[in-house]
Amino acid sequence: MSSLHIAILIPFMMAILIPIIYPYTKKIHTGWFVLLVPTALFLYILTFLPTTMEGGYEYVSLSWVPSLGINVDLYVDGLSLLFALLITGIGGLVVLYSIYYLDKVSERLHHFYVYLLMFMGAMVGVVLSDNLIVLYIFWELTSLASALLISYWFHRKASVYGAQKSMLITVFGGFAMLAGFCILYGMTGTFSVRDIIAQTEGLAGSTLFLAAMILVLLGAFTKSAQFPFHIWLPDAMEAPTPVSAYLHSATMVKAGIYLVARLTPVFGGDAVWFWALVIAGLVTLTYGSITAVRQKDLKGILAYSTISQLGLIMSLLGVGSAALYMESGEGAVFYSLAITTAVFHLLNHATFKGSLFMAVGIIDHETGTRDIRKLGGLMTIMPITFAISAIGLASMAGLPPFNGFLSKEMFFTSLLRATEGDFFSLGTIGFLLPVIAWIASVFTFLYCAVTFFKTFFGKFEQSHYEKTVHEAPFGMLISPVILVALVVTLGIFPNIVAQSLVAPAVTSILPRFSVDELDIKFSLWHGINTELLMTLAIIFCGSVLLITMKKWSQFNIYKRERDPLHWFYDQGLDGLIHFSQTVTRAQMTGLLRDYFVYMCAFILLLLGWTFWYADAWSFNISTVATTPFFVYIVTAVFIVTTLCLPFIQKRMTLIIFAGIIGYIMALYFAMFRAPDLALTQLLIETVTVVLLMLAFRHLPEMAPEKAAPSKKLGNIVISAAVGVTITVVGISAYSLGTDANFSSISDYYIENVYKLGGGTNMVNVILVDFRGLDTMLEVLVLGIVSLAVIMLIKHRFKGGEDV
Amino acid sequence: MEILMFIVIGVLFTIGIYLLLARSLLRVIVSLMILSHGAHLLLLTMAGLNAEAPPLEHMADGGYTDPLPQALILTAIVISFGITAFLVVLGYRTYKVHNTDDLEKLRGSADE
Repeated sequence: MSSLHIAILIPFMMAILIPIIYPYTKKIHTGWFVLLVPTALFLYILTFLPTTMEGGYEYVSLSWVPSLGINVDLYVDGLSLLFALLITGIGGLVVLYSIYYLDKVSERLHHFYVYLLMFMGAMVGVVLSDNLIVLYIFWELTSLASALLISYWFHRKASVYGAQKSMLITVFGGFAMLAGFCILYGMTGTFSVRDIIAQTEGLAGSTLFLAAMILVLLGAFTKSAQFPFHIWLPDAMEAPTPVSAYLHSATMVKAGIYLVARLTPVFGGDAVWFWALVIAGLVTLTYGSITAVRQKDLKGILAYSTISQLGLIMSLLGVGSAALYMESGEGAVFYSLAITTAVFHLLNHATFKGSLFMAVGIIDHETGTRDIRKLGGLMTIMPITFAISAIGLASMAGLPPFNGFLSKEMFFTSLLRATEGDFFSLGTIGFLLPVIAWIASVFTFLYCAVTFFKTFFGKFEQSHYEKTVHEAPFGMLISPVILVALVVTLGIFPNIVAQSLVAPAVTSILPRFSVDELDIKFSLWHGINTELLMTLAIIFCGSVLLITMKKWSQFNIYKRERDPLHWFYDQGLDGLIHFSQTVTRAQMTGLLRDYFVYMCAFILLLLGWTFWYADAWSFNISTVATTPFFVYIVTAVFIVTTLCLPFIQKRMTLIIFAGIIGYIMALYFAMFRAPDLALTQLLIETVTVVLLMLAFRHLPEMAPEKAAPSKKLGNIVISAAVGVTITVVGISAYSLGTDANFSSISDYYIENVYKLGGGTNMVNVILVDFRGLDTMLEVLVLGIVSLAVIMLIKHRFKGGEDV
Repeated sequence: MEILMFIVIGVLFTIGIYLLLARSLLRVIVSLMILSHGAHLLLLTMAGLNAEAPPLEHMADGGYTDPLPQALILTAIVISFGITAFLVVLGYRTYKVHNTDDLEKLRGSADE
C-alpha cells in the first residue's frame, strides 16, 4: 500500500465520512469539508511533476487477485498526470463553486457530495490504473456516480430519464470495452497496459486484433459522447450545473479520450483505428456544432458544443496515430503534431468549458431561466459574468489571444498536413478533412456568437424573470475567474505548459519518441499562413451568418430543437419493452396444456435429432421371445380399451376403464412371470379406483371436451409422435442391448439370494435386503403423501387468499 | 413378443399424452396413471421377456426371469400410487374450492 494507493482511497473514505458528520455540522456548508480532498490530491499529484517532466514514471503495485493477474497497479506518467491534475484541479474549483450554488438548507448536500467524491475517486482511479480490469471497475463506477448525480433531483421526471439514458448507453459501451479488454488479455496474457504495449509488435497480425479494437472503441465512443452515442449528454444536463461543469464537460466525457490516447501505442498505426477515429471525430464535430446552433437552452448549447469539441479531439488523436504508422523520422514527427494538439486542446477545453458552465450556472441561479429567447441585456447587470463568458466563448470560437485560438490553428495545421499523406488510401479524399473541419468551425463560431449576443446584449426585460436580477455573490465567481485566468494565461504564455504538461503526455501516447525529438513549442503568432486565413474566413462567414440570422432562423430545421436521434433511442427502448412483452404474452398462456405441448415438442426434437444424428437405427430381433397365442388376445383387448379412453365423456366410465387397464396390467405381470408385481398391481389398482370413485362420485358430470379442431389435431399429432418415438427408441435400445451382449447383474442376485439373503423370493430379498434403502425411502414417500392428504382435507384457511 | 409389447407401450404413451393435454383435471390424473403403466411395462420389456421360471428359488434349477426390474417396478408402482392418490385428493379439493375442473378456467391471470 503506497501513498498513491491511499490517495485514490481518500475520496472514497471521505464519501463514507460525509454522511456521518453531516447531521452534526449543519451550520457549516458540507462542501468546505469536501474541498480539502481535491485540494490535497491536487497538491500531492503535483509532486510527481518533476518525475514526469524528465520522461520518467512512477509505478506502484498492490496485490489484489494475483492468480488472475488482477492487481491494483498504479502508473503515473505524463498522460495520467495531466488527467489527474485536471480532475483534481477542476474538481476543487467545482466543489468551491457548488458551495455557493447549492443551498445548505434546502438541498440534500450529503447525497450530493458522496456521489461527487465517489466520482472523483473513480475518475482518478481510471486515469492512474495500469491494470485493465481495475480500470474497468473504476470506469463503471464513474458511470454509476454520473447517473446518480444526473438524477440528483430525482423527483423530476427528466432527471431520471436522463440518468437512465446515460446509464444504459455508457454501461453498454463499458461492457463492450470489458470484452475488448478480455480479448487483449487473450492475445497477450496480461492485463497490464504497459506489458501490452511492450508486446505490440506481434499483435497487429492477430485475427482478434480488429475485434478488440472495435470493442474498446465502442467503450470510448459511448463514454466520450461520439456520434451516434452522443444522445445521452444533452439529457444529462438535467443535473445540477456544478455536475455538468465537472462531469459532462471537463472530466468524465474525457475518459473515452483518455482510453483512446492510452491505447494508441497498442492500436495506432492501423488503418481501421485511423479511420474510425477520424470519421467518428469529424462527424461528431460537425454534427455537434450544427446542432448546437439550434439549441435554445444555454446548457443545451454547451452540451452540444462539448460533443463537438470532443469530436475534434478524437479526430486529432486519429490523425496523430499515423505517426506510429510512419515508424520514425521526419514524417512521424510531422504527424505527431496532431497528438500534441489533441493534448493541448484537451487542457484548453477543460478550462474554458468549465468556466462557461459555471457562468451559465450563475445566469440560471440569478435569473431563474436558461432560455436564450428570454435572456438579454445582462451585460451591465452582470459585468463579471459577462467578462467570464466573453473570454470563454471567444476561446471556444477560436479567437486570439486566447488558448482556443492556438489549439484551433494547430488543429487546422494537423488536418492540412494529413492531406499531404498518401497512406491509408488518404490521397484522394484527404482534402475533405480540413474542409469539414472548417465548416464545423464556422458553426462553432456561430453558436458562440449567438450565445454571447442573445444573453448579454439587447434590451433587458425584468418582466421575463421571476427574481430581481443582479450579479452573483463573490464566492460563486471565484472558480470561473480562476478558470478564465487560465484561459488567458495559456493563450498568451502557452509555453509554460508545453514542456511541463503537454510534452510528457505526448510522449506517453507516442512512446517511440523522446521529448527532444518532438520539440513541442507553441507560439501565439506564427506568421500569415493558410491556418490564419482560414480563421479569418471563419470569422467572416460566421459574422455573415449571424447578421442574416433573422432570415434563416425562420427555417423549420432551425426551429426543431430536439435532436432527431433521440427518436431512435426512445423508439428502440419502447420497442424492446413491447417486443419482450409480446413474446412473453405469446408463450406464457397460463394454460397447462400449452406448457405440456412445449415440453413434449422439445423432448421430441431433442430425442429425434439425437437419434437421427447418431444414426441409432438398430433392429436386431433375433433374441425376441415367441409370442404365445393368448398374449395376442390380451393385447388386443388392452389396446382397444386404451384407445377408448379419449372418447369417454362420463366420469364414472372413465374411472372404470382406467381400472380395466390396470387389471390387464396385472394380467401382463402374471403372464410375464412376476407374481409379486401382479399382486401389488391388483391391490393398488383397486385402491386407486375406489379413491377416484370416492372423490369424484358426487361431482357433476364433466363438460364434453370442446376444443378447436386445429388444437385437437395438434394434440393428436404430438401424442402420436411421442408414442411412435418411444416405440422406435425402445426397440432400438433393446436390440442394441442384445448386440452389446452384456451379462446381467441379476445373475449375482439369483445365485446368492438364498446363500446371502436367506430367502427364496428373489424380488422380495432384493427389496428388503440387497437394495433395502430404496424400499425405506419409498415408505417415506407414502408417509409424506398420507400426511399431505390429511393436510389437504383437514386444514383449510378461512378467508384470506389461500384457499 | 418384445416388439408387440413395445407397440403396446407406444399406444399407452400416445393415449397418455393425449389425455395429458385435455382440459379436464380427471383426464389429466388418468393420463398420469396410463403413463406410469407405460413406464412400468417398458421397464419389464427392456429386460427381455423370455419365458422362464418366475424368480422364486424353489421353482426351478436355473433360468429364472430377471428379478431386478421387477423389484424396480414394484418400487415405482408404490411411488406412482402415492402420487396418484395425492393428485386425486388435490383435484378433489380444487373442484370443491373453484367449482370446476376445467384447466382452461383454472388458469392464472394474464399478467402472471
